[in-house]
Amino acid sequence: MKLPILTTLTAALLSTTALADEIWVTNEKDDTISVIDIETMEVVRTIETGERPRGITFSKDYSVVYICASDSDAVQVMDPETGEILYDLPSGEDPEQFVLHPDNRHLYIANEDDAITTVVDTETRTVVAQIDVGIEPEGMAVSPDGKIAITTSETTNMAHWIDTETQTLFANTLVDSRPRHAEFVKDGSELWVSAEIGGTISVFDVATQTEKAKIDFEIDNIHPDRVQPVGFEFTNGDTHAFVALGPSNHVAVVNAETYEVEEYILVGRRVWHLEFNRDRSQLFTTNGVSGDVTVVDVESRKALKSIKVGRFPWGAAFRPTE
Amino acid sequence: MFNSRRACGVVFALAIGLASAARAEVAVQIHYLKQIVPAPPTLSNLDPIPEDLGLRGAELGLEDNITTGRFLGQTYSLSVTEVAPDGDFAAALRAALAETDLLVLDAQADQVTLAADLSEAADALIFNAGAADVALRDTECRANVLHTIPSYVMKADALMQFFVSRRWDEIALIAGDRAEDVAWADTLEASARKFGLRFGARKTWAFDADMRRNAAQEVPLFTQELGDYDVLLVADATDDFARYISYNTWRPRPVAGSDGLRPVAWHRVVEQWGAAQLQSRFEELAGRHMLDRDYAVWAAMRSIGEAVTRTGAADAATLRDYMLSDAFELAGFKGRPMTFRSWNGQLRQPIPLVHERALVAQAPLEGFLHQRSELDTLGLDQPESACTAFAN
Repeated sequence: MKLPILTTLTAALLSTTALADEIWVTNEKDDTISVIDIETMEVVRTIETGERPRGITFSKDYSVVYICASDSDAVQVMDPETGEILYDLPSGEDPEQFVLHPDNRHLYIANEDDAITTVVDTETRTVVAQIDVGIEPEGMAVSPDGKIAITTSETTNMAHWIDTETQTLFANTLVDSRPRHAEFVKDGSELWVSAEIGGTISVFDVATQTEKAKIDFEIDNIHPDRVQPVGFEFTNGDTHAFVALGPSNHVAVVNAETYEVEEYILVGRRVWHLEFNRDRSQLFTTNGVSGDVTVVDVESRKALKSIKVGRFPWGAAFRPTE
Repeated sequence: MFNSRRACGVVFALAIGLASAARAEVAVQIHYLKQIVPAPPTLSNLDPIPEDLGLRGAELGLEDNITTGRFLGQTYSLSVTEVAPDGDFAAALRAALAETDLLVLDAQADQVTLAADLSEAADALIFNAGAADVALRDTECRANVLHTIPSYVMKADALMQFFVSRRWDEIALIAGDRAEDVAWADTLEASARKFGLRFGARKTWAFDADMRRNAAQEVPLFTQELGDYDVLLVADATDDFARYISYNTWRPRPVAGSDGLRPVAWHRVVEQWGAAQLQSRFEELAGRHMLDRDYAVWAAMRSIGEAVTRTGAADAATLRDYMLSDAFELAGFKGRPMTFRSWNGQLRQPIPLVHERALVAQAPLEGFLHQRSELDTLGLDQPESACTAFAN
């Protein structure tokens, strides 16, 4: 759910102050999406979805939004203007998380209950491939050049490397317990994978699929068992990663060059996934247990505000409104 | 001898596009051995014990291991023996040990020690997934036995932490007259004292009346003599009379222990921490909810799987060393990594406190601290355990 950086950003912002961008948050236990107006920092719309919405991502042109409605066994395609569900995509059972290929056409979907990654062509609305992966696939990523897709499996504890040309696995690499989230960074030269129970992030060299670094987290007065990295997102230029640390209720700021943690920021309870605003000056965190979203100022690394959303907020996606 | 012997899942080896398929083939053979115990008669037959209790956990654990193993060139197979109530348990053990040195036992405490002490088991690794008896983690511990089912002390401590946090300081107790009931009651009482709670009256339930007819009349009188208290514990290990206590006590007080608020290893109401996924995988396989012993057997199978994945070995000695090392951790869907206690082989694990319809809390509760792991606030801590078999 990374937004391509717009070169005309500053100009656009200055000329369109009236247009407020939005953060869309899926509420796992309310079957809704809360739409946050970034300008006013308030929920301005609540949209009904299928059952147990989790993963959420917009098409590259923001004309539609894809939603994993896990318990409805569907990926729903919604018109973001009207909030109307246009149609469902065949998704395989229990879709939890997905990633849109850079071709803006193929969705790679983790089918949590079936140990399968399903590849769906969003234009023909057909399943292109189903790939056997480990148990409870969750984290999904695609390399910037589109050649590699990643699925992480929570119980098998692996990152599975998929060749998107042949839709087959070409490598499987072990990580620590319960891998949750994966991202390609630094022009696709590195792959980061978080392990929730292991309490680490593994950094892989993509060319060789070997681990080149492992990041540990340590927060004063919080037992290491509770420090559980899940979602993470990168600042401009991939210099720093913001890492959600689950029930420790903190977000870590990691220097992506040295792999060292620079700071921990207190947010809401059981922080889960993260999303930036347009220029990545603000970070929005979904806090599953406290049912809110914390807004963090990236520059000062301070929490600014928390915004009440639905029950068990899970995913978050940025939507520009112009 | 034993009444059934089935080979349940079998080996499949798929090398799905391994980057470095050069890894050596590892074949892991596990034997699940269950002693069938006839359930004693109880006042109500509302909740029959599933016949495949435990076995389904073994099957799910096997599936999980196979799925992981196929990416690493590792294969798993499971054989199953169910010993009839009058069967020859020792003979079944010997047959199993002739086949593999990785055993998962779903049996009573004396059978666990019998298994551990067989000369054929000297180099085996045995998992106790059925017996919660404290002695097995204490004076009767064995170096070749690891425990994935929580002990009675762990469960009792979990309850007491909850009472402390709610300031339910005064405890009364009713216990059945079976040996297991008395043991469970003694453990609860000791735990209450350990946590500084005031332990008041304790009465033995020795009625033989049919409580479906008489609970409303008998229980108020029976509990009147308990005096005042904040919470009433019921120790009824075989689920005989506990269900008839709630709402019939003389004073309006909550019930906990074997009914009401119960400490468990697993229950259908556990759904956080990805547990919903484990629940649905189990339900798809078994057509019923996952219960305590299914979970303990599954955890034993997965502990083996995790150790094989990380070490690439299949021999009991290497796996045991790894499981008892700092490197081992099992993701058990209870929100924290689970590890084995190096002094008595007990799997550290959170204890959900549940009622039939929801998770109430999960121990260890906030504020109960320990220098090593908060999970060690539950159960026999190193200084308390008389187990010496693990000392190297």
